[in-house]
Amino acid sequence: MYWNAFAIALQEIARNRTRAFLTVLGIFIAVAAIVTMVTLGEGATLAVKAQIASLGSNLLTLRPGAGFGNRASSAGVPSFTEEDAATLGEQVSGIALVAPVGTVSLGTIHQHNARVSTVVGTTPDYFGINRWKLAEGRFLNAADQRDGGAVCVIGETVRRELFGDADPVGSRIRIGRASCEVVGLLAAKGQAGMGDQDDTLILPLSALQRRLVGRTSRHDINQISISARDGTDSLALIAEITRILRVRRHLRPDQDNDFNLFDTRQIAETLGATTQLMTLLLGAVAGVSLVVGGIGIMNIMLVSVAERTREIGIRLAIGATAREVLLQFLVEAVTLSCIGGLIGIFLTLGLCVGLARVIQVPFHFNAGINLLAFLFSAGVGVAFGFAPARRAARLNPIDALRHE
Amino acid sequence: MKASPTPAATAPLIEVHGLAKEYGSGGSVFRALRGVDLVVGRGEFVAIMGPSGSGKSTLMNLLGCLDTPTAGTYRYEGIAVEGLDNDQRSMLRRHALGFVFQGFNLLGRTSSLDNVALPLIYRGFSRGERRSRAAAALESVGLADKLASLPGELSGGQQQRVAIARAIVTEPVTLFADEPTGNLDSASTAGIMELIVHLNRNRGITVLMVTHDEQVAASAGRRVTIRDGLIESDHRRP
Repeated sequence: MYWNAFAIALQEIARNRTRAFLTVLGIFIAVAAIVTMVTLGEGATLAVKAQIASLGSNLLTLRPGAGFGNRASSAGVPSFTEEDAATLGEQVSGIALVAPVGTVSLGTIHQHNARVSTVVGTTPDYFGINRWKLAEGRFLNAADQRDGGAVCVIGETVRRELFGDADPVGSRIRIGRASCEVVGLLAAKGQAGMGDQDDTLILPLSALQRRLVGRTSRHDINQISISARDGTDSLALIAEITRILRVRRHLRPDQDNDFNLFDTRQIAETLGATTQLMTLLLGAVAGVSLVVGGIGIMNIMLVSVAERTREIGIRLAIGATAREVLLQFLVEAVTLSCIGGLIGIFLTLGLCVGLARVIQVPFHFNAGINLLAFLFSAGVGVAFGFAPARRAARLNPIDALRHE
Repeated sequence: MKASPTPAATAPLIEVHGLAKEYGSGGSVFRALRGVDLVVGRGEFVAIMGPSGSGKSTLMNLLGCLDTPTAGTYRYEGIAVEGLDNDQRSMLRRHALGFVFQGFNLLGRTSSLDNVALPLIYRGFSRGERRSRAAAALESVGLADKLASLPGELSGGQQQRVAIARAIVTEPVTLFADEPTGNLDSASTAGIMELIVHLNRNRGITVLMVTHDEQVAASAGRRVTIRDGLIESDHRRP
């Protein structure tokens, strides 16, 4: 009897291709909507999280001026000195690494390619603080720093702009009026919320001072990058750094700080909250898709069962039992739902791999949401294919036959 | 067939007493049948006649186990049909009864061969057996060249022949035909009636046929007339 029902069901599916196609399509669309939404959404969420992580979660940045960012009013405010950085490193126990940073915008040229880059002069600890990884070559080291060697490390954006497809390591580029050997290429970090981190060119602070800007002033450090030790209380750390700097910068107690301290942990928390909101929003959209898809499937199944009540009557009249008819309808509904669900999942995952590339988010496979979308659509398909069939099969055969 | 009592060889094929069927409930009850007594022997060809709404189709559906009576007793080969559940009635239809309807009731988008083979699936025949028996049945109704045709490609008369082939492919004891020529022109009607008479005479199938066409009823050996839910007359042709 079970094999029979299965055979009849498959025969019926083959015989009514349009109906089968519409049923499969309904389930396919529901599954596709949910899976696309969630897969791409989670990819975007992951991208944001990865960018937060690439910033470093315990990174502090000191800048002169009272405000933060481009609007900082640093005019007339003294820069830091290398000694400021050294003192902080020695006196504050919560600091793991500290690097003085001097930046200057200069024209850079390699063969026919030229552009203006932000040139960073710093010490070797800078790479550790900012969690840079090497794609090729080496980082700057203490010897480079001591000698003020004309060597530099470049980011991915600079490589692309100046070198195109050529290998940069070992080549020389002109930075301002100096010629400089590229010794390392940094691994790309990608776009973060705060501009292109890969658009960077780093050389020893001593080289920047001696070769590029001239050793006219000791007060040319416009940023100090600090990474805190793991587990350090960031409020206490900030207070201690602030206290030391106020002393070194001769601020009276009634004067405001003429520098600012930016803690990436704050940004991480803000972005984390945004990400959570995004996830919630996606969940809501996916929920709506489920309902809309469910109603679509419901309609197709209800219309088709209304059409098929007469068929049920014929089958009952020629001697099928209600159970045999129901089993046939159940097998049909399950088969079509599964086909629709599986096609939905596989086609959509393929689509998502392509789309993820286009909108530049990582492709993330979430087995749970695939299973949920599949079970829900298949469940709706089976429930609404089966329940009306059960009603029809309970009728007297003559009532089912006369059904209009 | 489970739990079926052994048919009494001496019992008539069909025996009903006080058969009644009411539709609706409360104040608006329509009494389609109001107590019908009827006995039909094996091999008979009975035409059930009567005006519209007289209850002739209702009687036919009750006898064919397609519907359940409100009151009365029904013995089919000695089996108390009113005591059977839905599945047991399905089994009775499956093994002993065949149906032909006014509207043919073929499955759409389904070839003649598959339509005729349908009852055999529930009888548990293999695919090959189903096909050969269905083909033989179609041949016996003169449609050997229409095995692959869909219902929409056939004339009304041809569709009814397919329906008859489907009814007889299981070699039923009794054939119930509800206005089998009601949708057909006179030429097709003659062909169908010839076929039904042939099944009754040469294959010994008992036929109960509802009709309101005098000429069609003339083929039958017995004529039962229903009026207002009761049997008005019951004549055998001499």
